[in-house]
Amino acid sequence: MSLVLHQFRYDQKAFWRNPASVFFTVGFPVILLLIFATVFGDQTVEVRGGIKTTTYYVPAIITLSVISATMQSLAMSLVIAREDGRLKRGRGTPMPPWVFIAGRIGNSIVVALLMLALIAAIGDLAYGVGFPWSRLPDILLSLLVGTAAFCCLGIALTAAIPSQDAAAPIVNALLLPLYFLSGVFIPDDQLPSGVIHFADAFPIRHFFESFFDAYVPGGAGVSWDNLAVVAIWGLVGAFLAIRYFRWTPRSG
Amino acid sequence: MPDTVISIRGLRKSYGDAEAVRGIDLEVERGEVFAFLGPNGAGKTTTVEILEGYRKRSAGEVSVLGQDPERGDRRWRERIGIVLQSCRLDPYLTVRESLALYAGYYQAPRPIDETIELVGLAEKADARARSLSGGQQRRLDVGMALVGDPELLFLDEPTTGFDPSARRQAWETIAGLRELGKTVFLTTHYMDEAQRLADRVTIIAGGEIVARGTPEDLGDRESRPARISYREDGREVSLETTTPVRTLNELTGRALAEGRELEGLEVARPSLEDVYLELTGQL
Repeated sequence: MSLVLHQFRYDQKAFWRNPASVFFTVGFPVILLLIFATVFGDQTVEVRGGIKTTTYYVPAIITLSVISATMQSLAMSLVIAREDGRLKRGRGTPMPPWVFIAGRIGNSIVVALLMLALIAAIGDLAYGVGFPWSRLPDILLSLLVGTAAFCCLGIALTAAIPSQDAAAPIVNALLLPLYFLSGVFIPDDQLPSGVIHFADAFPIRHFFESFFDAYVPGGAGVSWDNLAVVAIWGLVGAFLAIRYFRWTPRSG
Repeated sequence: MPDTVISIRGLRKSYGDAEAVRGIDLEVERGEVFAFLGPNGAGKTTTVEILEGYRKRSAGEVSVLGQDPERGDRRWRERIGIVLQSCRLDPYLTVRESLALYAGYYQAPRPIDETIELVGLAEKADARARSLSGGQQRRLDVGMALVGDPELLFLDEPTTGFDPSARRQAWETIAGLRELGKTVFLTTHYMDEAQRLADRVTIIAGGEIVARGTPEDLGDRESRPARISYREDGREVSLETTTPVRTLNELTGRALAEGRELEGLEVARPSLEDVYLELTGQL
């Protein structure tokens, strides 16, 4: 356990010093929230009997931030470390290999929690979207399941990425369309039902729904069926990760 | 009694139909710098990665520090240090942090400052890895392999792609390891590197061992014909002889008798480089 903390400390240092990782996981969601709030700020979204656009976008952007801190960040950083030969090099030491992965997951969890606090605070202070303290346990449960599942999916995804150059295009080609189709970028009420049905096949939509239900006023709290779908995706990811993850470079 | 650190018997490794290593035997004794020399694609990296426990062998017996690398456990890994042929270090960690990160993986690491000194990076201790030159990064890489204070160190082509001054510095670092009593298994495709650093050299080509010995007697250089060359009437004359003293005596005697010089007279043994290129079929 102390070895995991040791690894985590250095992963944190490396993460915060890397301008690309800080921009995409921290800066980008904040910018998106500011843009959406500025452009659509005084409109109403026809969900849950009509809510303010900003009330919709705060949990939406937290959803995006969590996926970005977990799946996206892990897939990218692990592929880079693998192709640089650092994963292979680490395996040549007495450190058990899982410690390396655990350190990175710890990094993702901390960044995800931080993004929850940051986006929630901006939502509260700038747009008056109050944080639902009474439903904090629901929010944390949803976050826990989502973080675990998207970490597993991110690690599994590395197996499909052949090189460092391919990492960003593959990750973005998967995630960006699903953000649009799942109601993260465009409110549900403006999406055709066919699109929603399609998005229902993937975990982003379900994670968004469960988090949304826990966050917005009048939401249902814990959305067990959505969380179950996210958890199943996570298990599939874990299985694929254990089966196909590799430590040695694929190119060069 | 010599203490054998690495022992290989009849090692073979195939990838599909291609046999990269075709039955090699070798032994490395404690405290020696052993060079495994050969051209690219000769089977060096395959062999060293089998010794490091990264690859499984197809046939043969391998023992590293008394253990089969395929079953190398944590205790065994405490005792070896590895520098891979190519590895980019974390660009955002400093020299000191990179070493501290790796030191944390070992039970009884070498002190960080001592390790920094050992690889000659004292002035760069707080510089991030990305700001180091290629040679400095490589020395940090060696430092990360040393920080666990291993008995046995694997260096896979440590100076490939270096400019001459970076090579010289890397050589000094590696030569310093001998003083520490470390056993070093070095692979290289540079004859001069093996000659400069190693106690014993084994040459591999096409997956087979083609020569072994100390850098001095490698390839039986002493018994090979010497080459005598000079200019006569503006022509280059060059001849090979197994009895250079006698041949030289005859040549110079005749020249003396005729009262002329043998211009550009040279007597040369085949260089180690010549022997190496010939043995590995690159000539």
